[in-house]
Amino acid sequence: MSSVAGTTALQQRRPGYSAKLQRQIITPEGVPLNISIAAASARAGALILDIVIIFGLMLAYLLGILFFVNIFDISNTSNAGFWGQLFLIVTILFVFLLRNAYFLYFELGDRSATWGKRAVGIRVASRDGGRLTADAIIARNLVRDIELFLPLIFMVSSGAQGQMSGTTTLFGFAWVAVFLFFPLFNKDRLRCGDLIAGTWVIEAPKAELTSVVTPSDSMIFQNEEAKAHYQFTNEELSVYGEYELQTLESVLRNGSDDALVSVCNAICRKIGWNPGSGEERVFLEAYYAQLRAKLESDMRFGKRRADKHSEAE
Amino acid sequence: MNMPNIAMGSDISESSDELRSDRFRMEREADWERLDEIVTIMEKGRGKHVSDEDVLALPTLYRTAMSSLSIARENSLDAGTIKYLEALTLRAYFIVYGTRTTFWGWCRDFFGGGWSRAVRGIAPEILVALAVMIAGALVGYYMVEADNEWFYALVGEGMASGRVPGASEETLRETMFGQTEQEGLAIFAAFLFSNNAQVSILAFALGFAFAVPSILLLIHNMALLGAMLWVFDSRGLSVDFIGWLSIHGTTEIFAILLAGAAGIHIGRNVAFPGDKSHLQAASIAGKRGALVMMGVIIMLIIAGLLEGFARQLVDNTLWRYIIGGTMLLFWLGYFFLFRRSRV
Repeated sequence: MSSVAGTTALQQRRPGYSAKLQRQIITPEGVPLNISIAAASARAGALILDIVIIFGLMLAYLLGILFFVNIFDISNTSNAGFWGQLFLIVTILFVFLLRNAYFLYFELGDRSATWGKRAVGIRVASRDGGRLTADAIIARNLVRDIELFLPLIFMVSSGAQGQMSGTTTLFGFAWVAVFLFFPLFNKDRLRCGDLIAGTWVIEAPKAELTSVVTPSDSMIFQNEEAKAHYQFTNEELSVYGEYELQTLESVLRNGSDDALVSVCNAICRKIGWNPGSGEERVFLEAYYAQLRAKLESDMRFGKRRADKHSEAE
Repeated sequence: MNMPNIAMGSDISESSDELRSDRFRMEREADWERLDEIVTIMEKGRGKHVSDEDVLALPTLYRTAMSSLSIARENSLDAGTIKYLEALTLRAYFIVYGTRTTFWGWCRDFFGGGWSRAVRGIAPEILVALAVMIAGALVGYYMVEADNEWFYALVGEGMASGRVPGASEETLRETMFGQTEQEGLAIFAAFLFSNNAQVSILAFALGFAFAVPSILLLIHNMALLGAMLWVFDSRGLSVDFIGWLSIHGTTEIFAILLAGAAGIHIGRNVAFPGDKSHLQAASIAGKRGALVMMGVIIMLIIAGLLEGFARQLVDNTLWRYIIGGTMLLFWLGYFFLFRRSRV
């Protein structure tokens, strides 16, 4: 399996990892950066959130107007007509803006993502890896109008007026379906707007810098003799590859005590050691540090070993 | 070093008890974390809160992180660190090579040449759209002339509001003149704007389906106009009707023309991309079309104001022609004569 530069063995086996959605962009510095296309489910989730937010804003606006009218008792004042007109105008413009500018405004920002996209951790980016221009954002969002709002309004309004015949409903659904499922039929998960604007939607990963795995803080000042006791031979370190190393890393970082015990037992069975009970963490940290030192040193000589089943290449 | 001595594998020659890759990480993580902080602030849109010192350091920190990533990929098996660096460099990359235009900068570029350049860029499609629209109007006119029933099919009862075939000259005249006292002009203007803008966005957005829907939409809208023209013409009111229409129509119909042309532009480039790839051609045409569309929205705001206010307040055919004609000349001059080299 050809691996994408820098993707760790563990990442490639993460559930939900899809090799089909991995892409690379080369920065002007010449460093390849790995990006993953946002999965269709993430896109759908973000869209649903955004629609809910838009309806929420509309509702909040209407409640605000009602509140305002009631507080100042406007319907009984002499210039009620003026206020009525003003509200109507503002409402028409507000709805227009919500429909057209909500996505535009947020995607033009530094995070290139609406609230919905931020919530699921995705963002818009330029397909060629260059700057994301205002023109591209405008283009991708104008097309959203026919993909989303037009059929939505069409169905809601004709449904409300009771004019929805069987044929129109069917046509409406077919229309929505074509645009809705369009991203599933191309490898980059582009919707029509992305196609025209030269953009795509990718995952916006956020990761915390975790502490050094070993020696972990709790281990630094204790069990020094015990640690000195754990020294493994080359043969004992040769049973595992990078995948097992990084699995061990994640167990050491986040695993429960039970997980530590079972991993410890698994390794001991394999290499024939027998640490005392309660010593699992010390044993595993020592094994991890030495296994990593060995694999990294091999790596510097150009030898890599993906997992326990493979031979070092 | 007061750390416990972990025995090294036989082939490790380092004297220290730390892994070499961990030492590499510890030497640089302060820089990574500083970059992380700056990027986080900038992502929240609070770029102004970043100190000058940090702004100056950003490119250097970014390159440091980039080179750290390259080295870590080749030398470290610490999945946590690599994952962190991958995410950090990608975020920093989008900040460093992100959109840099401010709103005002974009406006200056747009009005100072970007808009008219985009319009000139779709000149062939403008001619096509113009021909299609004229054809549409003629079709509407002659269809209604051949059979008055077509009028109801094209225009619809609600929109016609009395302006139907067979209506008396008096009724028709009333719809065009003497409405200066009417209330609610502003609402009307806002409604017209929102409605027209949505139609033109539709005309644009449908273009990617090989331009066919855009063309159909233009034909339908103009056939409607042609049908209406026939009604007024049959009572000898065509001059007044065109005047009534032109006060805002030269701006509004021009805007719809541009929207349709932008749609056709995209459709043409998707279908016949020349020596570029289909996707590339579509995205270049799409971005140019988007610029034209921003202009169309602005034109429609102006048209909405003219239609909502000026048309009702100017109750005289000559003045209506003058205003409409001036607007047309203004747009033509701005799009095709106003050229400024790109700064």
